[in-house]
Amino acid sequence: MKIKRIGVAAIALAAAGALALSGCTSGGEEPTGSAGDPSAIITTNGSEPQNPLIPTNTTETGGGKIVTSIFAGLVSYTAEGEIENDVAESIESEDGQHWTVTLKEGQTFTNGEEVTANSFVDAWNYGALFSNAQGASYFFDNIEGFSYEEDSELTGLKVVDDLTFTVDLVAPEADWPLRLGYTAYFPLPEVAFEDMEAFGENPIGNGPYMLAGEDAWAHDEKIDLVVNPDYDGVRKAQNGGLTIIFYASQDAAYADVQGGNLDVLDAVPDSALETYEDEFGDRAVNQPAAIFQGFNMPYYLEHWSGEEGKLRRAAISMAINREEITDVIFQGTRTPATDFTSPVIAGWTDELEGSEVLDYNPEEAQKLWAEADAIAPYGDTVFDLAYNADGGHQAWVDAVVNSIANTLGIQAVGKPYPTFAAALDDRENQRLTGGTRAGWQGDYPSMYNFLAPLYQTGAGSNYELYTSEEFDSLVKEGAQAGTVEEATEIFQQAQEVLLQDLPSIPLWYSNVTGVSADTVDNVVFGWDSVPLYHQITKG
Amino acid sequence: MLWYTGKRLLQVIPVLLGATFLIYFMVFAMPGDPIAALYGDRPPAPGVIEQIREQYHLNDPLIVQYFYYLAGIFQGDFGVSYSGQPVNEILARTFPVTIRLALLAIFFEMVAGIVIGLVSGLRKGGIFDATGLGASLVIISLPIFVVGFAAQYFLGIQLGWFRPTVSSGAPIQDLILPALVLATVGFAQIVRLTRSSVIETSGLDFVRTASSKGLTRRRVVPVHILRNSLIPVVTYLGTDFGVLLVGATVTEGIFNVPGVGRTLYQAVLRGEGPTVVSFVTIMVLMYLIVNLLIDLLYAVLDPRIRYA
Repeated sequence: MKIKRIGVAAIALAAAGALALSGCTSGGEEPTGSAGDPSAIITTNGSEPQNPLIPTNTTETGGGKIVTSIFAGLVSYTAEGEIENDVAESIESEDGQHWTVTLKEGQTFTNGEEVTANSFVDAWNYGALFSNAQGASYFFDNIEGFSYEEDSELTGLKVVDDLTFTVDLVAPEADWPLRLGYTAYFPLPEVAFEDMEAFGENPIGNGPYMLAGEDAWAHDEKIDLVVNPDYDGVRKAQNGGLTIIFYASQDAAYADVQGGNLDVLDAVPDSALETYEDEFGDRAVNQPAAIFQGFNMPYYLEHWSGEEGKLRRAAISMAINREEITDVIFQGTRTPATDFTSPVIAGWTDELEGSEVLDYNPEEAQKLWAEADAIAPYGDTVFDLAYNADGGHQAWVDAVVNSIANTLGIQAVGKPYPTFAAALDDRENQRLTGGTRAGWQGDYPSMYNFLAPLYQTGAGSNYELYTSEEFDSLVKEGAQAGTVEEATEIFQQAQEVLLQDLPSIPLWYSNVTGVSADTVDNVVFGWDSVPLYHQITKG
Repeated sequence: MLWYTGKRLLQVIPVLLGATFLIYFMVFAMPGDPIAALYGDRPPAPGVIEQIREQYHLNDPLIVQYFYYLAGIFQGDFGVSYSGQPVNEILARTFPVTIRLALLAIFFEMVAGIVIGLVSGLRKGGIFDATGLGASLVIISLPIFVVGFAAQYFLGIQLGWFRPTVSSGAPIQDLILPALVLATVGFAQIVRLTRSSVIETSGLDFVRTASSKGLTRRRVVPVHILRNSLIPVVTYLGTDFGVLLVGATVTEGIFNVPGVGRTLYQAVLRGEGPTVVSFVTIMVLMYLIVNLLIDLLYAVLDPRIRYA
């Protein structure tokens, strides 16, 4: 993915209130059409995992799609970004802070070992332990006992009996279960702790698939997975197995789909973006991913605070023709934004009050800009928009600043930084001279994850110093809501506050682009842009 | 001969040391943190990165890192890549694939190039000669990625004669197309070299003598003309084999060949010092050995050349 380190969210929710997720929605679509050959092997693209296949150390996409296939967590995600219980029988809490997890009975790893409460508690403790240096360790930092500086046990995890354990969070977090489908939270069998490195080469899981023998992972070439006959969860495979072929370039993978040697491709190369939809018709996928893109105007700049800043933000937002830019520059592989989250997040809507500020409206833009000029004249200040030149952003930044310059009659230019790190440095230290590109990729499908870390007063990634009491109190209220639906409604109200203030000017959502060969059916992409492999049928 | 070979082998040592240090230094100087890159879009906690940097001695000064590495090499251990795989294993996996590909390409360009070059040279100025020269000019001027993508699209996808990419294990039949693409560049050079060399040799006294003493053309062409024309061609083949072993990056990328070029390219992108330096070390070694073999081959082709 071109977007670099958009963000990480590991901020604890301040929430209280009863919440029971035991009977959460089952949004998974029943496969339609032909049942397919139950022994057919699906082939798909991937990349060589950057680390041994240990769930808590797998945070990049190459290893992620393998680990997710061979392990099953407490919950799994449906295509719509909702969760359904997988290994868990129930995940319950009275107050959003103290959780009780019970597991379904009789589930096993592929070596025969039973999946118990210990399988989870030991795996999470392993992942969180400082000296184990696991990439996903920060996912556990909201559990009692976690430390970033030294080895310490997660005292918040307590095994009650074989199938029950309790979790104490450091603060209430109403949507905590939404995290649990992520790789970091998968269980491990006892054998793993004897030699984790060796285990990572030949992992033993409890998921819908398992490795096809000792040499299933041919490094730099492919990995062969076959159906795990003992898996009986919600992701039961409709095919016989999965072969993930590692490609050095998307072009080679695309050539293989065209040549009939690959069934499913989850990233179309830039060179084919013009043509792939014509070539593959309804076998092409182009849908929003959990990635929000916008740009921020810092509140510490002259002209950009108070009432004047509010008017100017609304004016530039309406000066941008999002439809045209996504069409011309991105060949339709971006979707114009209508809120601050993403369409794959439960609760997303394009009908928020005030969202017309995201429509192209040059007359209104000029009017608002003139109103702001009446407060304090903008003069011939040059409007600049910072971006990192190593991420392929120049084309759209130029289009956006041109759109602003033409509509408002001001001078507007793009301001390139050589690398993402250099651009972030100026953001973190409040040294910007104008706007800055800002994006966010959801770690798990939660609306809260798209709002709190970015716009709450003093939040970790609120570099442009936005502050709103109304927004802060709504977010707090949402985190303490009794049900997910209630929380969603409050978060939508919080977004309506954002639409008035525009701390970030929403541009578009990045799309996932994919194609599949006519040998396969039921190819559906999940909220995280990875196809739901288990439900693909072939033959 | 033995003395000469030994002397050449001794020269390998300083060249290797220099090359590894230079490469090590260059990888070290590359921007970006290779450890952070291991985790994709989700940066781990700072403490995690720090521990892994410690593990790979990345916090030590460059020269200390280099000596750690060198100490390993002398024990036959090329270190561990940042993704936790022993570099020895990566080397053992990728070099056979690339050697196979290079040998196949050399075979194609040698057979086609020498035959066409020989015929062109013998029939200087004829239609065959003119066509061959023209065609080789066109081929030389085409960048290899154009040839690669065109071959993949037309022969692989449209006509379906070959697999568009190489399947796991890189079997010979899958390597034919990439080898043909790789062979195009060398092929055109060999045609031109062979042709001019054959023309030059044909005009020499000993060829005329051979013909006038009544030897058949069948004997004169292979034994007197061809053999004596091959020295520049063999020199070229030697360098070309070296280039093919180390430089098939573009072609390996297009056809997804799990060989040296593709792996090295990815290792460079990821800033994987141990992998890059080990690959380059082996490449330099192979290049030097191939060149030594070529020099020794001269003596076989031309008895006037003697090494003492």
